[in-house]
Amino acid sequence: MSKNTNSTHTDAFYKEKHKEEMKYQVITFAMMIIFTIIAFGLVAGGFSKYFTIPVILVLAAVQFLFQLYYFMHMNQKGHEMPALMIYSGVFAAILTILALTTIVWW
Amino acid sequence: MSTHAAEKRSFGAVLWDYLTTVDHKKIAVLYLIGGGFFFVLGGLEAMLIRIQLISPDNEFISAQFYNEVMTMHGTTMIFLAAMPLLFALMNAVVPLQIGARDVAFPFINALGFWLFAFGGILLNLSWFLGGAPDAGWTAYAPLSILSPHHGIDFYAVGLQISGFGTLMAGINFLVTIINMRAPGMTYMRMPLFTWTTFVASVLILFAFPPLTVGLFEMIFDRLFGANFFKPEMGGNVIIWEHLFWIFGHPEVYILVLPAFGIFSEIIPTFSKKRLFGYSSMVFATVLIAFLGFMVWAHHMFTVGLGPIANSIFAVATMAIAVPTGIKIFNWLLTMWGGNIRITTPMLYALGFIPSFTVGGMTGVMLAAAAADLQYHDSYFVVAHFHYVIVGGVVLGVLAGLTYWWPRMFGTMLDEKLGKWTFWIFFIGFHLTFFIQHFLGLMGMPRRYWKFLPNQGLDLGNLISTIGAVLMAVGAVMFVWNIIKTTVKGEKVSHDPWDGRTLEWAVPSPTPEYNFKQTPLVRGLDPLWVEKMEGNGKMIPAEPLGDIHMPNSSFLPFMMSLGLFIAGIGVIYQVDHKAWWIVAAIGFIITFGTMFLRSIKDDLGYHIHKEDLEDEGAGVK
Repeated sequence: MSKNTNSTHTDAFYKEKHKEEMKYQVITFAMMIIFTIIAFGLVAGGFSKYFTIPVILVLAAVQFLFQLYYFMHMNQKGHEMPALMIYSGVFAAILTILALTTIVWW
Repeated sequence: MSTHAAEKRSFGAVLWDYLTTVDHKKIAVLYLIGGGFFFVLGGLEAMLIRIQLISPDNEFISAQFYNEVMTMHGTTMIFLAAMPLLFALMNAVVPLQIGARDVAFPFINALGFWLFAFGGILLNLSWFLGGAPDAGWTAYAPLSILSPHHGIDFYAVGLQISGFGTLMAGINFLVTIINMRAPGMTYMRMPLFTWTTFVASVLILFAFPPLTVGLFEMIFDRLFGANFFKPEMGGNVIIWEHLFWIFGHPEVYILVLPAFGIFSEIIPTFSKKRLFGYSSMVFATVLIAFLGFMVWAHHMFTVGLGPIANSIFAVATMAIAVPTGIKIFNWLLTMWGGNIRITTPMLYALGFIPSFTVGGMTGVMLAAAAADLQYHDSYFVVAHFHYVIVGGVVLGVLAGLTYWWPRMFGTMLDEKLGKWTFWIFFIGFHLTFFIQHFLGLMGMPRRYWKFLPNQGLDLGNLISTIGAVLMAVGAVMFVWNIIKTTVKGEKVSHDPWDGRTLEWAVPSPTPEYNFKQTPLVRGLDPLWVEKMEGNGKMIPAEPLGDIHMPNSSFLPFMMSLGLFIAGIGVIYQVDHKAWWIVAAIGFIITFGTMFLRSIKDDLGYHIHKEDLEDEGAGVK
């Protein structure tokens, strides 16, 4: 990307792309801060435990996905195989935890 | 490195070469030697079991020794024989099949082998240090926690070390297959052996961590006073069973999928047809892997998980018969109308199909949870899993070794002797295990030291032992064939079977850089495409250039040796605190070599293109 191709056309293309990427990163960052504030707010505000815990877990999952997709660039091309591996691993882990919680620890 | 040059070198130089090698072809040979050694050891243990059970009330070996032999037979055959032998074939073939110069991480490849080797040695040292593990290869918790001598500690620590090696090998193959395929080698053009290696590596990646966790918990329980599996302290023994089988069930697919891949290479080659239903074969492989993760509790139907859990796992288990059936029919249809040559590898393939089908069928019987309450822990189960493992994996390994022997060593195993080996082994195998179905149905429990006379079990056990002797004769004949062929040293061409895939396009002996120029792949079975539409030689995808090669290194050996020493220290520190010194020395060696590896740049070297042409000129 840093290569000078002597073509203002491609330069403009990359500039546009960088700009777009930067925009997404800033939006994501802002949303993550908001999520964190919401999470703290829920605990500080003294809401019911059965409301607070699931909401915080959902917020955590969304933040985790933001992290993977926007900050670690999984939204870009060429990340199909890592994505497949991550989701297979998540699948195997969830299956294990689900089975153990339902048939051993219930 | 031509063999001509190797002959002139001293034994010490060759030994040093193999101790430090990072070349996938030499690591394949190391895996073959290591796996072969443990296969013979596991076979000797099997013979002791069968001699003990030759007649009722036999006193050939003591009960405690029987338990140790029975445990070590299972553990050795699964972890130290079957998997390394498959790794030998994967290392020898997969980089060649995808047109790569080596695996992605040659250093880690060597480290994986040495970890396996030292883990296996540690495990078997227990024979000389107060007794081997004696709780069955599954090491179920209350029994393994209560076992008084150090056997189980050797089991847990030894498997932990060799498990690290397996995990590394799996990750290495994943990265290699994803990133290092030659131009044109799309996923749907990969040979089936590469595909099954890929899927088996995914299974290793996800199945070995549960084993690691389980073994660590066992080590902590036994050596450091933890209480994971001690109910009186709030632990739970069932957790071990779950962790073990969450690993253990994918493990059987880790073993059998590469064997499927081997037969999917052999059958098209000797039928002179492309593999029937290639895409459905790939689909079936992936589906087996996917389903393989949600069936583990079918090993635990009698634990008392409840009818709902049992039903779910029973149905999921039966579903696996569908993709496996797809495979069986695809192999049969590949042969249909083909120009079949009955060579030794093809004989193994023909023997494999009905044997494995029998094992699969008893598998569906065992999957019926209600019926399993009757079959559980009987010789019916023993017969079932030996039909799938011997009938699938062992026949696969023997077939693969015979098929790829010219690729690995440049010589051809004797065909006549090979066919005799097949028939003796095959007849012995069915004689040993077919009768065990009925012994099981008549109520003979597995893992028992003795059985009583006049309960209808005498004749069946005698037949089974006679079969086991035949299998041993077959194995000895295979080894004899290897020795005979090696001594004779008659070189064959680089493509003696009229092969279809890329590994047969490389000159023999394989140059250390595999491909002088990376080949261009124009379709499924790339070499066959060139034989039919081109001049029978691969089209290069790049101009001739310098080839970057990794340096040999002694560090993998030292890292593994360190863990081995540390393992011994950790096992014995319960007897005397001074053993911590030994453990510390081991850890210092391991982490010291890791540190050395991290700070010292090892950039490898280049083979210049001028030298390449010199070396290549005489070969092709």
